[in-house]
Amino acid sequence: MHPLHQEATATAVMNLKLMKQTTQRAGWGVGIRLTAAVLAVVAVGLLVTGCKRSDSSQGPGGKQDIQNTGSDTMVNLAQAWAEEYAKVDPAVSVEVSGGGSGTGIAALINGTVDIANCSRKMEPEEMAKAKQNTGKDPQEFMVGYDGLAIYVHQNNPIGEITLEQLAEIYREGGKITKWSELGVQLPGGASDEIVRVSRQSNSGTYQYFREAILGKGHDFKLGSVDQNGSKDVVELVSKTPGAIGYSGMGYATPEVKVLPVAKKSGDKACAPTVDSVLNGTYPISRPLFMYTLGQPAGSIAKYMDWIHSPAGQKIVAQSGYVPLPEGGAKTETRK
Amino acid sequence: MVGRRPWEIASEKLIELVIRICGISAVLFVFGIFFFVFREGSDLLFHRFNFKEFFTSIEWYPTSQSHVRYGVLALIAGSASVTALAMAIAVPFGLGAAIFISEFCGPKLKETLKITIELLAAIPSVVWGFIGLTVMNPMIITLFHAPIGLNVLNAGIILALMSVPIIVSIAEDALKAVPDSYREAALALGATRWQVVYRVLLPAAKNGLLAAVLLGVGRAVGETMAVLMATGHAVKIPSSVLDSVRTLTATIAAELGEASMHSDHYQILFIIGVLLFLITFAVNLTADLIVKGIRGK
Repeated sequence: MHPLHQEATATAVMNLKLMKQTTQRAGWGVGIRLTAAVLAVVAVGLLVTGCKRSDSSQGPGGKQDIQNTGSDTMVNLAQAWAEEYAKVDPAVSVEVSGGGSGTGIAALINGTVDIANCSRKMEPEEMAKAKQNTGKDPQEFMVGYDGLAIYVHQNNPIGEITLEQLAEIYREGGKITKWSELGVQLPGGASDEIVRVSRQSNSGTYQYFREAILGKGHDFKLGSVDQNGSKDVVELVSKTPGAIGYSGMGYATPEVKVLPVAKKSGDKACAPTVDSVLNGTYPISRPLFMYTLGQPAGSIAKYMDWIHSPAGQKIVAQSGYVPLPEGGAKTETRK
Repeated sequence: MVGRRPWEIASEKLIELVIRICGISAVLFVFGIFFFVFREGSDLLFHRFNFKEFFTSIEWYPTSQSHVRYGVLALIAGSASVTALAMAIAVPFGLGAAIFISEFCGPKLKETLKITIELLAAIPSVVWGFIGLTVMNPMIITLFHAPIGLNVLNAGIILALMSVPIIVSIAEDALKAVPDSYREAALALGATRWQVVYRVLLPAAKNGLLAAVLLGVGRAVGETMAVLMATGHAVKIPSSVLDSVRTLTATIAAELGEASMHSDHYQILFIIGVLLFLITFAVNLTADLIVKGIRGK
């Protein structure tokens, strides 16, 4: 009999020894059969989780489920649509989740979602992948616009910012790291360092910002504080005196300051509003998209039509985004 | 051996088999997990893997459109710095608390303390992360005039609080396991209570205390959600405890959902998983070797 060691590692060592003894006694035959059994169980598990869902499934009680995943910028908007649509057509339930545009596109490629929300355009490779994987071409629907707002702490005295300054702050190799370099002195003895708040790399907002502000082929400067949601960016900025962040204009709160943005120094800076986004004077605005696999049919088609109707577009404005202009591009499809 | 019915023998055999399966399953699961994690990343690892960039570059640009770079040096530094700070706080506190609970306090206080510490261990990690984000962040900004409160200090304190319960309960068990005859002998020789602790209990319980510390390290290295929220998640080699960092675990958690299956980005995240596995394996192996070394003397 072993002396009884009470320490945890000693117990662990003992367990191993005991196991060795039992396996030796049981013979390797049992061991091998067990291995096979465990592997089989794991394999079945993988098969089950790897299964693809069908286009739109019948939920409990004959209810139609529409799965809607993707852009974090759009998640509040998509949720508002889903809630309102439940009143319009009680037989359909739309299930919304966020995670980022990349998550939505990945789900679309894997065929596990009916509608993917996206705050950037789908890349041609992603389109090809989806076609190859599911046999259907993704269809693009523009559903509204968003002005990408630049947020700073409410006590920050800065009045406006230019696109070049933003690029110098965020771009790899960019020169600006301190607020004093923008001619700003933060009140209350706060640190002069600019805390760059950014997003995780699958975010459509992240990728749009990279392309529109940093320029094609450029990357973000390392060391930015990467948040996993549009709302998190605004919340962190509201608590950090030296922070600057970017996020959808629908996420503005009274605790943060939305900076007017100028195209270049000397130009007139302008804040993101419905008008400035629609007429293009606000320099960083982008369309918001929804993607379906193939031409939508049945309840999904009805839902998309409703989103483009005045009732659906009213909710875009209520959520703080910019609705499509009347008679605007309804189904701009890219072949 | 007389009068045993066949079904009794059969049921005994069955129970023995079930227990045997339970015993072996742990080994199978460990190897199974390692195998699957390794397999997911193996294609990249064997064909296009750049060892030098992976271990020596701080440039982590998994989705860059111009030049994709997978350097995890900054992530390793992030994990290491947060773990080191957490242990610097948790080990003295944890061992001190264990010594107090096991040797110095009365039975009533002992029960209260033990229950409270168990409660501390039961707090979910996302709640710790939330505390880091909403309570500690503004506190650190005002106290240290730091540019941002999500940094090594914040995550280190949170992780220390998370590892203390583990260290305390295992260290306390180890101290309790030292036979009372040791204490009695030392006291009979005229030793004070402190001398008993320093000269007799700590050397006698050395292995168990080391195990307690190493399990604490394991907890700190592997923690994901709390550090994702409290470190600031910034790719950077920290130059002070007030710098934001990003850890290996948080990178996997934040990016695996996005990476499309079997892309290079997806595979590199699994290789980071293998790296984490090797780190914990090395920690446990060291612990085993040290324990064996001590026992050999």
